[in-house]
This record gives sequence, C-alpha cells and structure tokens, in this order.
Amino acid sequence: MAQTRREMLLDPLVDNNPITLQVLGICSALAVTSSLKVALVMTIAVTLVTAFSSMFISVLRNQIPSSIRIIVQMVIIASLVILVDQVLKAYAFEISKTLSVFVGLIITNCIVMGRAEAFAMKNPPVASFIDGIGNGLGYGLILMLVGFVRELFGAGSLFGVTILETVNNGGWYVPNGMLLLPPSAFFIIGLLIWAFRSWKPEQVEAREHKIQVVEAH
Amino acid sequence: MSEQTNKGAIRRFLEASPDSTGKTLFVAVALCLCASMIVSAAAVALRPTQEANKLKDKQINILQVAGLYEPGMDITEAFGASFEPRVLELATGRFTDQFDVAEFDDRAAADDPATSIKLDEDPASIGRQSKYMTVYLLKDAAGAVDKVILPLHGYGLWSTLYGFIAVEENGNDIFGLQFYSHAETPGLGAEVDNPRWKAQWQGKRLTDDSGELQITVAKTAPAAGKEFHVDALSGATLTSAGVDNLVRFWMGETGYAPFLANLKAGDI
Repeated sequence: MAQTRREMLLDPLVDNNPITLQVLGICSALAVTSSLKVALVMTIAVTLVTAFSSMFISVLRNQIPSSIRIIVQMVIIASLVILVDQVLKAYAFEISKTLSVFVGLIITNCIVMGRAEAFAMKNPPVASFIDGIGNGLGYGLILMLVGFVRELFGAGSLFGVTILETVNNGGWYVPNGMLLLPPSAFFIIGLLIWAFRSWKPEQVEAREHKIQVVEAH
Repeated sequence: MSEQTNKGAIRRFLEASPDSTGKTLFVAVALCLCASMIVSAAAVALRPTQEANKLKDKQINILQVAGLYEPGMDITEAFGASFEPRVLELATGRFTDQFDVAEFDDRAAADDPATSIKLDEDPASIGRQSKYMTVYLLKDAAGAVDKVILPLHGYGLWSTLYGFIAVEENGNDIFGLQFYSHAETPGLGAEVDNPRWKAQWQGKRLTDDSGELQITVAKTAPAAGKEFHVDALSGATLTSAGVDNLVRFWMGETGYAPFLANLKAGDI
C-alpha cells in the first residue's frame, strides 16, 4: 500500500473508477440519473456514507470478529444511511421526495460494501476515509456525466433550468423519452466504459477465453 | 489498585482474539446498541422538522390547487388566512364535529375499521376508504364559500397518487387538480405534474344537467361534450386511466357526490 493520499483520492476518479472499471453500483446509477439535481444529492450522500463507514469500520477493524464482519459492516453502513435519509427529509424535503427509496438502497450499493471489505478492513482510519471520499467522487463523476446527457436530451434542461425548449411547453425540441427511462443509462454507461478504455487501454481486461481456429480433419 | 486491574481487563479484552465466542457476542450486542441509539436519537431529534415539512408541503399544494400560491409567500400565514379545514362525513355530505380537525388524519382513519369501509367495488384501487375526510373551504371576504378543496387518491401505474381537486362553489365546475405525492414514470406518467396538462382541468364540469357524472380523462372527448373531457397523457395510458378512475370514484356517490349536491343546493 504505497499509495499517497493524493493518489487514494484521485485514483478512483478515472484510473480505478468504481463504475467504469470495477462495474459496481450500476443499479443506482440507472435509477437516479434522470436529473442532475437528484444525481448531485445522491453523489453527496454516497460519498459521505462511503467515507464515514470506511472510517468507522477501519477504527474497529482489529475488533471485528471475522465470522460476523459483513453484518457488522452492514450495521454501520445502514445506520449512516438512515441518518442521511432522516437529515434529507428534514432539510431537503423536495429532493428526498424525488430520491424516495434510492437513499435507503445506498445500503446495498456494492461500492460502499466493496470499499469497506477491500480497503477499510486492512488500512488505518484516515486513509480509509480518503479512500471513501475518492470512491464516492468517482461514482459521482459518472452519475453527473450520465445525468447530464439524460436530463439535457431527455427533458431539455440542466439542473431544472430549461436549455432546449421542449415541444410540450411550446418550444421546438422533441425530447427523447427513452433517455428518461432507466435502460438508457445502460447505453450511456456502456459508451462511457468504451470511451474510458479507449483513452486508457490498460483498463481493458485480458480475455478469459480465446476463439481459436481448429484444424478441420 | 482496582483501577489498574480494570485497565488490565480492558487491555486484555482488546488484545484478545476477536474470533472468540464471547467477543463475537459482545461486539454484536455493543454495536447494535450503539447503532440503534444513534439512529433513534436522530429520528426523534429531526421528527418535528420533518412533520413541519410534510404539513408545509400539503399546504403549498392546497394553495397551488386553489390558484393562490406565489413563490416566497409565508405558507403558514397565507394558508391560515384563506382556508378553513373541516372534517366531512362522506355518506351524508355533512360536516362533523366528532373529530378535532387539527388532529384528524385521513390516512390513519382509512386503516381503522371503525372509521372506514372496505370497498367491494374499488375502481381507484384504494382497498379501504375512510368514512371521513378533511376538506378545506376557501371563503371570500364576505365569508361565503368560494371554492372547496377535496383530497383524493388512487392507484396509477406504479404508485398511489395523492392529490387535491378544487371545485367552485356551484359544486360542479372544476378549478384545478393537483397531485402532491406519486411515483409515476418521470417524463411519462409523472407529466401529471406538467402545468400545461394541469391547466386543462380549469373550467371543466363534473356532471351534466341531468346530474350524471361525465368528467373523464380520455384520448377523445366523450359524447357528452368537451367541457367534461381532459386529454389523456400520451405515453402514459395506465397513469391516465388511473387518474380517470380515481377522479370519477371520488366525485361519485361513494365519494363527494352527496357533499357536492349539498354545496350546489347552498346547504352545507
């Protein structure tokens, strides 16, 4: 673990992105990216939960019995998620209405669990905290990119501000309704993974199987 | 002396293998206790703010459906100045004073067998219907009823839509319809929130001259005429059908029809 703190923070953005390289957290990336505002709140929520859960788990890492370690991690993560949900309901009611069940589903986000199990169980608290922030931001970066495309072309607006006047409201732009539905995020994430791997070919995984020409008899 | 043995015990405990049965149990119990205390403390501390948010959200929606909402206004004050909430008994269409209107909760009443009925014919898919609903009277300067705001709900495609309908003092003309809580598909069913679609409701009529309920949300206007027709949302057939069902249910005999008849007769 000869990573500097700077690397821990910046690595997950592009070089080791949880969505495009590790392909984790796809489910919520489909659900919350139909508008940028929601994607931003989700980014903040996931970043905070990942950072603090990693930190607490790291503090306790030498005391956690290995037989119940996953449950212990889940309890810590779930408590933090409930806290976030309660705070959102109290101070950002409108947004919590839009996010509805997806805040609760942060508990099952593989990124949070993945960082807890893979990093926080073996590293000191401060490093784990920074690693959590980095991974949350890496997740958020993809969320914002997907949200940008979906909201701009699906609803003709960005952060709720109209950019392309849609036909429904008397303008000229015919929005692409499919972009507002979850499957469209699959296509956008797929294209992003393609773009990232063309830019950084070292992210391409080695083939597990190879098609070979077998001599015909 | 005793402090030292204590310290020794704690250190021994911390250094013990975390995999022993005793320690596993201890960690599990201690963690659960800590976590539950933090979570319940947060829930209790934040509840008043959350309740206030919910109430405010409902009041904003009532103001909006009555066409009184302006951004930046003092919601509580504007709401208190304009509306008089009353508990209505649906079957008779009369107000009842057996509940405290500030305490009465329609949704809780719908779950309580004593204050609700199980619907056999249930086009709005709501299961149980409360016998009593909180309605809001908007009065003019002279104290006469100008509009009534009636809560309604029913199932769309994915979710139950909760909303309000504003009806004019003649008990037949619609002023507006608005949903404050639903989880329909963004861009399709969620277009029930689109201001251009909502604007269609203004000026529509519920019943024809013979008193037959005619209002409908449909692709084409019914034979009864355009004043009873709200255009369905394109791409949201099932949400539109849900809205049609719930409006017709709540405006019908098991809903507010007795009250609206009283209102029409000027007798409430």
